[in-house]
Amino acid sequence: MAADQLSLVFGALADPTRRAILTRLTEGEATVAELAEPFQVSQPAISRHLKVLQNAGLISRTRRATARLSHLEAEPLREVTTWLARYQRFWDESHEQLDELLAALQADQKDDPGRDRAANTKGDDNE
Amino acid sequence: MSKTQITAEAGIPQIVITREFDAPRDLVFRAYSDPELLVQWLGPRDLAMTIDHYDIRDGGTWRYVHKDAEGNEYGFHGVFHGTPSPDGIVQTFEFEGVPGHVSLDTTTLEQHGRKTLMRAVSSFQSVEDRDGMVASGMEQGLQDSMERLTELLTKLQAS
Repeated sequence: MAADQLSLVFGALADPTRRAILTRLTEGEATVAELAEPFQVSQPAISRHLKVLQNAGLISRTRRATARLSHLEAEPLREVTTWLARYQRFWDESHEQLDELLAALQADQKDDPGRDRAANTKGDDNE
Repeated sequence: MSKTQITAEAGIPQIVITREFDAPRDLVFRAYSDPELLVQWLGPRDLAMTIDHYDIRDGGTWRYVHKDAEGNEYGFHGVFHGTPSPDGIVQTFEFEGVPGHVSLDTTTLEQHGRKTLMRAVSSFQSVEDRDGMVASGMEQGLQDSMERLTELLTKLQAS
């Protein structure tokens, strides 16, 4: 995904009404009136939200007779989730690896007591 | 062993990450500040990390790249502010995939007995900016909308 599109997706997802619209669209296509129904906002306001979602590539819109139907486009969301889920995993796995590295470094220090021992005295009295 | 805790309060453009390590803080600081050590732990296991440069001093810049198995690259860069020490590593942080969404990150290391508590505070330019990072619903206590998004994303991933 292009960086600017990722940015548009983030912007689109930052709004609770737009996230609710996306959730509704996972159940299937809907008209503006249907999408406006659960909210305390006007249809023009919903239309503006739909425009933001459409710009981000999160929905597509088709015309059926007189109604404009909004349809969820899952792919950009899936891509952005992949990236976002990485954030938690990024730190979980990094810190697990850091645990291992710190254990290895400390094992090395035991073999070579001269090194870094002075730096470690601070706080040891709290044991 | 304590788990990595990520906190993102509603309405405040910050992410706070805390983690306890079973090592003295000077050693933890070394693991954060020596690029040869950093490269051994930063990032998920399935991503290969390359440090482009890591000039750890006041005004020094850094850049590293994570590469996944499909060859996708995720670059990050920033600048250190002030002389990094266990009391504070202050740096800007920018994911090159979303340019302009720069955060200011402060990492502090506190020694608790034989353990070290790491606390990293990332301050974003706005709540929207921060929510972009948090939108995965990675924090349990987030507002309803975030929970709904999580449900949505779960459905999408299952489909």
